[in-house]
Amino acid sequence: MLKVEHLTKMFGGLAAVNDVSVEFGANQINAIIGPNGAGKSTFFNLISGVHQPTSGRILLDGTDVTTMRCDNVAKLGVGRTFQTTNLFETATVLDNLIVGHRLRTHSGLWDVLINSKRLQAEEKMAREKARAALDFVGLSHAENRYIADCTQEERKRVAFALALATDPKIVLLDEPAAGVNPEETEGLAELMKKMVKHGLTVCLIEHKMDMIMGMADKIMVLDHGEKIAEGTPEEVKNDPVVIEAYLGSDHDAAA
Amino acid sequence: MTTFLQQVFNGLTLGSIYGLVALGLTLVYGILHIPNFAHGALYMVGAFMSYFFMVDMGVHYWVAMAGSAVVVAVLGIICERLVFHPLRNSPPIHDKIAAIGILLFLEAVVHMFWGSDFRRMSTPFSGVVNLDGVFLREQGILIIASTVVLVVALNLFLRKTMVGATIIAMAQNRDGAFLVGIDANRVAMMTFAISGILAAVAATLYAPMNLVYPAMGHLVIMKAFVIIILGGMGSIPGAIVGGMIIGFAEAFGGYYISDAYKDIIAFALLVVILSIRPQGLFAKGAH
Amino acid sequence: MHPASKYMLLALALLFPALATNEYQVYVMATAFIWAIAVYGFNVITGYCGQLNLAHGGFFAIGAYAVALLTADYGWNFWPAFIAALVLTAVLGLLVGAVSLRLKEHYFAIFTLCVGFIIYLLLDKWEELTHGAIGVRGIAAPDGFGLVNFRETIPVYYLILFFLVFIIWFTSRIQKSLLGRTFIAIRNGDDLAESLGINLMKNKILAFVISTTYAGLAGALYAGMIRFVGPEDGNILHTFNMITYLLVGGIGTLFGPLVGTLGIVWITQSLQFLEEYRMIIFGPLLVILVIFFPLGISGSFLTWMHRKAQALGLGPKKVQQASKVNTAREVENNA
Repeated sequence: MLKVEHLTKMFGGLAAVNDVSVEFGANQINAIIGPNGAGKSTFFNLISGVHQPTSGRILLDGTDVTTMRCDNVAKLGVGRTFQTTNLFETATVLDNLIVGHRLRTHSGLWDVLINSKRLQAEEKMAREKARAALDFVGLSHAENRYIADCTQEERKRVAFALALATDPKIVLLDEPAAGVNPEETEGLAELMKKMVKHGLTVCLIEHKMDMIMGMADKIMVLDHGEKIAEGTPEEVKNDPVVIEAYLGSDHDAAA
Repeated sequence: MTTFLQQVFNGLTLGSIYGLVALGLTLVYGILHIPNFAHGALYMVGAFMSYFFMVDMGVHYWVAMAGSAVVVAVLGIICERLVFHPLRNSPPIHDKIAAIGILLFLEAVVHMFWGSDFRRMSTPFSGVVNLDGVFLREQGILIIASTVVLVVALNLFLRKTMVGATIIAMAQNRDGAFLVGIDANRVAMMTFAISGILAAVAATLYAPMNLVYPAMGHLVIMKAFVIIILGGMGSIPGAIVGGMIIGFAEAFGGYYISDAYKDIIAFALLVVILSIRPQGLFAKGAH
Repeated sequence: MHPASKYMLLALALLFPALATNEYQVYVMATAFIWAIAVYGFNVITGYCGQLNLAHGGFFAIGAYAVALLTADYGWNFWPAFIAALVLTAVLGLLVGAVSLRLKEHYFAIFTLCVGFIIYLLLDKWEELTHGAIGVRGIAAPDGFGLVNFRETIPVYYLILFFLVFIIWFTSRIQKSLLGRTFIAIRNGDDLAESLGINLMKNKILAFVISTTYAGLAGALYAGMIRFVGPEDGNILHTFNMITYLLVGGIGTLFGPLVGTLGIVWITQSLQFLEEYRMIIFGPLLVILVIFFPLGISGSFLTWMHRKAQALGLGPKKVQQASKVNTAREVENNA
């Protein structure tokens, strides 16, 4: 599904990601863990095209996306959420989601001016996609609520729905469960499992170890930009190198 | 050769003023990530304050400069407390608009008290030194000397004192500074005060060679922005170097190319540079 | 907004010359309409797309000067010059946008501030082309037809109203469409928008060109109505005024530009003493608005309306839907 070969990203002499090779299988939950500053977010930024790698290759279903621009990577089916998602606070949940399907539409200024058939059809489609995504994350009832009136957990779900509305094959979730309580974390974990069940591939960065260990099919551990371990939760948990990395550095993640 | 040296002197004078103004702007940007559009208004208020102290209170030039520096420093602190502090977590466009609000307000207040007339400020250093055909205005010499003194003093302050060190620490790493328990509020107020002092001193130094009027800050602040973009936003040496580049470009451009268009030089330079390097001339690393 | 209130508003605008007690009021209203058109443009790039373009007033001046110089110096008729002004501001918008929009946030604002200033300096100094500080006189009025003579205040009022209505209609189309949603996604954040597959440059430039063309349109109408332009029309203060209008009215809303512009123009008109010192009030007003009321009049009103509707209308329905969600969650959990 997603294959990364010798990926390196230098920021002015410092390697944020250093020679990382990994393969994430389709239809699985893949987790990336590591101490703060290990290069996890940079890794996501490289895959999604925000940063261009210094060297190495990224293959998505065999297509080389290494130097592709962010929006084109998204069109190929890479959806993404961020640690914090800035949404249009005084617009409804649904209004925020409709743009999610924009990348599969083609209407331009001229269509707007003449209110073309194409525009109408595409807007209808985008709206349906948004509703479907909202339904998928279990927020249909909040369709008309303002984002400003949503809880932290609902916002997370809206962010998921926004990524899902792009019709992705793989979703990159950056700390999806940060800032929500344990019960809600459970709910979000279920949602990720549901995504996989519906044929998606999930890749997530997370600090909540209980959640990761309970659901990931594969875990990659980064430290100082380098891959120090990968494998099943069981393998990673007992890896001495991993234990060393977590105990050796500021180990907020172990909490 | 004489004209060339003359332009070197003029360039140094201009560059010193621009450098001082840009220094205050870049300090505030480095610490708070606010492009303070009101900085030019602080500069203008600085000039008017000195004018007020000299003409209406009859005090000496140096005393007026000190008084003006205090007033503008306090004004800077008030801006930080009342306006920028409450906006620190707002969308990025808000602090810029608020800065414009401050700018409009200060100009209107000055306009109300002093009108829009152009005023001349006197100086005890009105003589001219003739150095083998190169005319060095005493005020120009004073500007260059004061700038050297101020830059050295600021450097010592930032490097040798505890408060200075915290300012540097916060400019380099905001989150890290919070972690080690730096009082961010105090640093922010301090930075605004220093930035205000620099603006007031620069204005008082330059006003006798120029005129004092409510819109006098417009050109200066825009050039200061050009300078800190040239020198890297937040960089202290960058502000001085950038100031000199613009000062020299204007002195020489004004003489050899066109005096009417010399004010455009800075902006044209900016447009060209940002077109080629969107991250600025000396900016480093990823954004 | 409710369709009925829209027609009410339009009817009021159409009847205004009859309701006005003197021609001067009609003149003031027409000027306010012109500014409102420019503010609509500012709202497209800054309100919807989130890019603070401080050169907006400069594009207004370019539109005005294009009409002024083409009619006064080159003997064109108004309408061809009007079209030329639109094309010119669109093309310049494309060029300036292509360079400036590669910059983010602060850099973009500072860059456009400088562009605005360059425009002002050129208008002031380039005497061979712009007549310099004395400005341009003898600008042609819009050519009328039949008995309609656009040199008179009331016909020109209706002409400007026509364009204003067109601009509001067009903007509402954009706002509701996928295109407007794309702009708003960019305002929410470059990163997020890009991750949704939105081409940032293309869409930002499009928003920029739309906004500069609106500004050009407003400027061209201004030249045709006032029939005198000077470098002060390119003063950065006009951009600052427009920011105030937009913020008071409600940034990023459809009727914000109209509400803010008309409101402030009329308040300033009725309080003459404000004319000179209005910034003593508007400056702090801007600060207070961004700190306490960032939504402005229109935005606050819409939010209030929405919350009221949510609270009233959806009471019983909410309970029913909540139970539906519970079952949905159970299904998930069992899966």
